[in-house]
Amino acid sequence: MKTIQQCLQERILVIDGAMGTMIQRHKLTEADYRGDRFKDWASDLKGNNDLLVLTQPDIIKGIHKLYLEAGADIIETNTFNAQRISLADYHMEPLAYELNFAAARIAKEAVQEFFADPATNKGGRERAFVAGAIGPLNKTLSLSPDVNNPGFRALTFDEAMSAYYEQVKGLVEGGVDLLLIETIFDTLNAKAAIYAIKKYFSDEAKAELPIMISGTITDASGRTLSGQTLEAFYTSVMHAKPLSIGLNCALGASEMRPHIEELSQIAACYTSAYPNAGLPNAMGEYDEQPEQTAHFLEEWAREGFVNIVGGCCGTTPDHIKHIAEHVRQFKPRPLPVLETAL
Amino acid sequence: MSANTIKPYLRLAGLEPLVIRPETNFVNVGERTNVTGSKKFARLIRENKYEEALSVARQQVESGAQVLDVNMDDALLDGVKAMTTYLNLLQSEPDIAKIPIMIDSSKFEIIEAGLKCVQGKCIVNSISMKEGVEKFIREAKICKLYGASVVVMAFDEQGQADTLQRRVDICERAYKILTEEVGFDPQDIIFDPNIFAVATGIEEHNNYALDFIEATRIIKQKMPLAKISGGVSNISFSFRGNEPVREAMHAVFLYHAIKAGMDMGIVNAGQLVVYDEIEPQLRELCEDVIQNRREDATDRLIQFAETVKAKDKNEIKNEAWRNNSVEERLKHALINGITDYIDQDTEEARQKYPKPLDVIEGPLMDGMNVVGDLFGSGKMFLPQVVKSARVMKKSVAILTPYIEAEKEERRLAHLAAGTTNEEGAGAAKILLATVKGDVHDIGKNIVGVVLGCNGYDIIDLGVMVPADKILETAQKEKVDIIGLSGLITPSLDEMVHVAHEMKRRNMTQPLLIGGATTSRMHTAVKIAPQYDNGVVHVLDASRSVTVAGSLLSKEQKPGFLDTIGKEYQKLRDDFGSKKTAKQYLPFEQAQENRVAIDWKNYTPPVPSFTGTRIFDNYDLNELTNYIDWGPFFIAWELHGKFPAILQDEKVGKEATKLFKDANELLKKIIAEKWLTARGVIGFWQANSNGKDSVFIYDERGQEKVRLEHLRQQNKKAAGQPNFSLADFVKPAVTPANEKSKEAADYMGAFAVTIQGIEPHIKKFIENHDDYNKIMLQVLADRLAEAFAECLHERVRKEFWGYAKDEHFTNEELIKESYSGIRPAPGYPACPDHTEKYKLFNLLGGEQATGITLTESLAMYPASSICGWYFAHPQSQYFGLGKIQKDQVIDYANRKNMPVEDVERWLRPVLEYDA
Repeated sequence: MKTIQQCLQERILVIDGAMGTMIQRHKLTEADYRGDRFKDWASDLKGNNDLLVLTQPDIIKGIHKLYLEAGADIIETNTFNAQRISLADYHMEPLAYELNFAAARIAKEAVQEFFADPATNKGGRERAFVAGAIGPLNKTLSLSPDVNNPGFRALTFDEAMSAYYEQVKGLVEGGVDLLLIETIFDTLNAKAAIYAIKKYFSDEAKAELPIMISGTITDASGRTLSGQTLEAFYTSVMHAKPLSIGLNCALGASEMRPHIEELSQIAACYTSAYPNAGLPNAMGEYDEQPEQTAHFLEEWAREGFVNIVGGCCGTTPDHIKHIAEHVRQFKPRPLPVLETAL
Repeated sequence: MSANTIKPYLRLAGLEPLVIRPETNFVNVGERTNVTGSKKFARLIRENKYEEALSVARQQVESGAQVLDVNMDDALLDGVKAMTTYLNLLQSEPDIAKIPIMIDSSKFEIIEAGLKCVQGKCIVNSISMKEGVEKFIREAKICKLYGASVVVMAFDEQGQADTLQRRVDICERAYKILTEEVGFDPQDIIFDPNIFAVATGIEEHNNYALDFIEATRIIKQKMPLAKISGGVSNISFSFRGNEPVREAMHAVFLYHAIKAGMDMGIVNAGQLVVYDEIEPQLRELCEDVIQNRREDATDRLIQFAETVKAKDKNEIKNEAWRNNSVEERLKHALINGITDYIDQDTEEARQKYPKPLDVIEGPLMDGMNVVGDLFGSGKMFLPQVVKSARVMKKSVAILTPYIEAEKEERRLAHLAAGTTNEEGAGAAKILLATVKGDVHDIGKNIVGVVLGCNGYDIIDLGVMVPADKILETAQKEKVDIIGLSGLITPSLDEMVHVAHEMKRRNMTQPLLIGGATTSRMHTAVKIAPQYDNGVVHVLDASRSVTVAGSLLSKEQKPGFLDTIGKEYQKLRDDFGSKKTAKQYLPFEQAQENRVAIDWKNYTPPVPSFTGTRIFDNYDLNELTNYIDWGPFFIAWELHGKFPAILQDEKVGKEATKLFKDANELLKKIIAEKWLTARGVIGFWQANSNGKDSVFIYDERGQEKVRLEHLRQQNKKAAGQPNFSLADFVKPAVTPANEKSKEAADYMGAFAVTIQGIEPHIKKFIENHDDYNKIMLQVLADRLAEAFAECLHERVRKEFWGYAKDEHFTNEELIKESYSGIRPAPGYPACPDHTEKYKLFNLLGGEQATGITLTESLAMYPASSICGWYFAHPQSQYFGLGKIQKDQVIDYANRKNMPVEDVERWLRPVLEYDA
């Protein structure tokens, strides 16, 4: 089977769309979230989407399959908040490893079942990759939650690193093909994740899995939430030697365009982009239509900005389907030539 | 498409990137944030004055440091703690944190502590083979895990390299280990081949400077991607206390070292002097010492040094803003987040203003408003706003005791006078929470700080707070305001729930709504209706202050909530149909209450022609005189009256620029004939039936078409009519569908459009030029409006001619000072779009007007306007308001349309749910 690097040489790969938007469609109740196992859990669990890999695995697997059918080459595990720092909101810290392991398994099974069934795998794709999704944590290492005390930090680098380490362990042992550090709004959090990944593979003496890194430009300033410019952000995570660097979330494709163009110029590796379905409207809903999103991404593909495209908040299998169809005809952005002399 | 090439440059980053290319000049690494090198800095750190110690870093940045060296190696300090505390603080200072940090320590644990605090790509200063290769490799690997570049000291198990050969050998050995065993990128290696003091009186030291320079040259030849750095001030160590001589030595040393390939150096960024500007005699003596050219070089420099009187030299810092007024200084400090002078400036302002509170409400709030605007427009980012808030807090802290003292005085005065003091005992309390199901709270924290700065007590319940907890706490703590925050979509529903619960609990506090997905519209439509005691959407943190202020002021609160209530009502009206509490008249009664016009004594003016007249390719130049620029600026979200907006303190600059761009494009549009203006007007004899229908007659006096109008149905004050446009046309005396024998009245209609925009829009889209695309669209709209205005004027003066002597300025025209009206189907006086068919047929249809109607009766091209002309001096614009079913049924009958169809078209004005 082809490696992801080989696939990336040949064509633009498509990553899946929003998980949360799809989960919302199921209109799950508190009881649905709890399932049998957590029916007496002390805190509210509704909204704990990552828990669904244990309590509603079929729903999650079903969503993965919808994205595979839509044409996704890379699907993300349902683990955006599945580390002990974020899980503390639900007092579920001890479940961190289990959630990641289970999420990785479910995604892998979805891929296997999809390719085993000739009815679903039309179009003759030969494989799809499971990316272990590593989110930003609900606490930041570079910003103080107490603005009266700007030197204060809600957690330490070591705490963040250990939480990520446990998540990475669960994802890798559950069988993911890639690791994806995404929605980075504080680069130091991402650096803790990179540290954890490198340390895990070094400790276990395993060959490192490819790392995808995806940052988030939050607003008109063109910076991350923690204040870095795009180039500064990239420079600060380059040491991960990532498979790809990219942007996701916060912006729609139209607002993301100048940033992805800049990134395509400076990145020494592959580039990825999975914007939101536009900006939320006054009702907080994303209403950019699949073909609209796809047209933006098609233009990026034509310009040679991207190697991996997909969708973030508000995107659906329909968006992914349109995106896949629109970028198929274009050659991927060629990997830059890394010169060895000044 | 060809692949990019990426050069192996040393790339560093703070909040901003720093790329060191071959053509990059010498990189200054600021040295004063070093407890071993700066007495002032050491004292501040030892005394725990970290905030003040930040000003040392800022001074280095302002003086041109491109990297900041931070060193906390002091026996009396807990180095790990000091490094962590200082770097964490530094990260919240964007004007400092923009440059990369060099974490400087001889203890690796302090270095690692530093690496854990910095998001950017740092330099570690330093590691070496001093304690063996094993430790060297271990430390290098850790640095690599954090993505740091490293300074490698020319040091090995035998000691520090002090000869040329050892310098080169050690660096080569370290390079090999780092690149081959550790996997370092060569460009991430920076060598420090040891700068030692010269002119010490010890002969062996005399060649140190030359050895460093020569080592630099050789290392750069052998390892071209590696960089060379060093602590420059070491070279002049023997001249401690004599700054002029030291600076001259540094300049001379660097002059040669940089030529040999030195890339960066740790320097006092504020004190670098230019080689050419050194006094020639001193420069020559320094050259002798640095280049080891004469045996007596040291003696001669010492002799000279004694004659040099250290001149008092001011630090180079841009302090010009200190000369401004105290208000300007406070604003500058707020915007730039400078706390250095806030104490003295606040005190000065306190003495200048009658009351300490005036300082907060005046200059401080003015400054914060600027911050809010800059933030809102992407010109400032979050950390800066936080910093501004901190300056604010400091200032408020100084003022608080005075405010308290005043309150106490008033309390005592009340006691003495036996009156009641209505002021509350403590500060107003504001409760903040991120609602259940949502974990995002950074914005809420900012709001908390900004409000805290303004003297409010903040109770922050954190994230994922259930409604019950919010409301129980609010009641228990007797808070004055509740603020909800949320970032994700479902939080919107939760906010609705909280508002609902507040009502159920009969609470009275105003509710503030904020966060990324919230909006005024959603607040108005969904949240505000749930709760009656005030729901206010707050756009951003800086605006929260004015909102809280208004809500907590007894005088302002009713008016403020009233204004908000009206705004939200309008939003709701715009959003969709909504029942109002108004009273309505039966339709027949409303019809009886028509506009009373004395038709007997009215002679309808006769137009100069009947039928239609087409204006093709109307002169655009003439139209420019009729442009109403007000809506132009509103379209660009700049609010203010034209032309005052051009001088507006806040948006004036931007507005002026925009106005200039608009006029340039307008000139081009006209000169290059991008657009054409096409219009049709028509007049016909007409009579009303005394109710709501108007008959339009053809040349022979037969009914051509019947227009149907809608009538206001809400109950009016005594003497106020229920308007219908039909009221402005003279009723027929004899059978209603036959022309009035006495004297028929007339009605007119018009349609104007601006054609030809498409190819230009396409071109702008292709060039990704949204600015000009939007500009062109906005201008085309303005031209269409101007065309309507222009034709209407000619109609009054010329074609219908009922106001031949009219003289209005453009401003007066915009204010609709003229006699007669031109209401458009679909707009407030006649909201039924379907009447547009009749208007277009009368004017000659698509062919004559150049306008097509879509199935939803929008006009294309988009920049098109149509309307009816009424001439009677009592005719006026009005809004229909809501209507009831009896009128709808009557109207449907008159139009011969199914009631359901009428209801569909009129849904926004229906008083009932259809």
